[in-house]
Amino acid sequence: MMSAKFFENWFLPGVWLTVQITVLSALFAFVVSFVIGVLRTSRWRIVRILSGAYFEIFRSTSALVFMFWIAFTVPMLLHIKFAPMFSGILALGITYGAYGSEIVRGALAAVPAAQREAGIALNFTPMQRLRRIELPQAWPEMLPPFNNLLIELLKGTSLVSLIAVADMTFAGNLKRLVSGDSAPIYTLLLVLYFVFAFILTRVMRLLERRAKARVGQRPAQSGLRALFGGVREKSAIDPITSAGGAK
Amino acid sequence: MNWDWSHVDDFMPHFWDGLRVTLEALLFGSLIAFSLGLVWAVAQRSGPKWIAWPVTAITEFIRSTPLLVQLFFLFYVVPSWGLSMSPLTTGIVALGLHYSTYTSEVYRAGIGGVPVGQWEAATALSLSRRRTWTAVILPQAVRRVVPVLGNYVIVMLKESPQLMAIGVLDMLGQGQDFSQTTFTYEAISVVGIAFIVIAYPASLLLRALERRLVR
Repeated sequence: MMSAKFFENWFLPGVWLTVQITVLSALFAFVVSFVIGVLRTSRWRIVRILSGAYFEIFRSTSALVFMFWIAFTVPMLLHIKFAPMFSGILALGITYGAYGSEIVRGALAAVPAAQREAGIALNFTPMQRLRRIELPQAWPEMLPPFNNLLIELLKGTSLVSLIAVADMTFAGNLKRLVSGDSAPIYTLLLVLYFVFAFILTRVMRLLERRAKARVGQRPAQSGLRALFGGVREKSAIDPITSAGGAK
Repeated sequence: MNWDWSHVDDFMPHFWDGLRVTLEALLFGSLIAFSLGLVWAVAQRSGPKWIAWPVTAITEFIRSTPLLVQLFFLFYVVPSWGLSMSPLTTGIVALGLHYSTYTSEVYRAGIGGVPVGQWEAATALSLSRRRTWTAVILPQAVRRVVPVLGNYVIVMLKESPQLMAIGVLDMLGQGQDFSQTTFTYEAISVVGIAFIVIAYPASLLLRALERRLVR
């Protein structure tokens, strides 16, 4: 009796909210990644130290604890109020942005030094070098680790259910509390997250192929394997542990 | 805005209890992740096809779905099949199972990094399959992967607060409990700082270890 109503009122809006939170926090994290990642390659020592400190602090932070802190502690400390969804996106964006900055920095550092020197020889400003030479070459290298990070972020969005944002995990818990029948709803949730991860991977692989084609490289995989082979990318940079990549 | 240190003092006994639970979950979770990951990696590498393929599919699935939902699944669904576990045990199993799918990739890379000549030498010496793995391949592979595995312990530490969602009184669980019963807000801040204080030196240590072990 309650099932159709539950799906209409809670589950489908929850799915939609998960999609929204994933997209918004991914955009936020993406901006943070680039800003911090580029600053970490700065010429000025003080800029490198400050952006490096951001990376180290938020990489060592537990996303869930940080989310709780923003959602419960900050409003009490500063006497302000904001929507739970906002705290969720803020926490996810700030922490995953820190991981992402390592991807950007690592890929920039992997661009051959001769490329940068050629830019200097041609009297490019640092900004022009970054835009015209370094980023276009580093971009295809960033996409596989960004894909892995994006899937971590998608999984991370389930945390917002714990600060009372009615995403799809929240709806699943609600279903359990109301009907006591938890097996179908949690199975459905797991499958949905997997399907989302699968779709995200396809989109990212498409982007990677186009990015590689633009700088005259061939895609690593093609045909059926590129379509169906797995959800993860093999990459020199591990965004989750921030290990590997050019130092 | 007034920070009250006396609330921090009141919270500290609970904090130490929570820290003990977090570290316990981390220790046993890592042990499961390390050993199960090795099983997945070897099964995928040298098991027959009808084992390798399902293992790949299952690990891929577990890795692409949130730990939090897996926790709920293990805690609320699995008991109806007749296997009930305490919240902490469930948390340890979930953490270990989830991260075993990551460590299996680490092992796979480590095994792949062992030069082909080592396999050939083992064949030339007519070592059994078992001896090839235990005496030649794994000792070389594990050495390469130790720092990366260490990094995953830090990742697991940062994910462990999710266990509070099924009622484990880890650091965050204790912090949340304390905040809600006393209407104070210092506890979560203490917990947040504790994570940084533990995770940052640990990652520095691992970077030093990486420089020594991996050349």
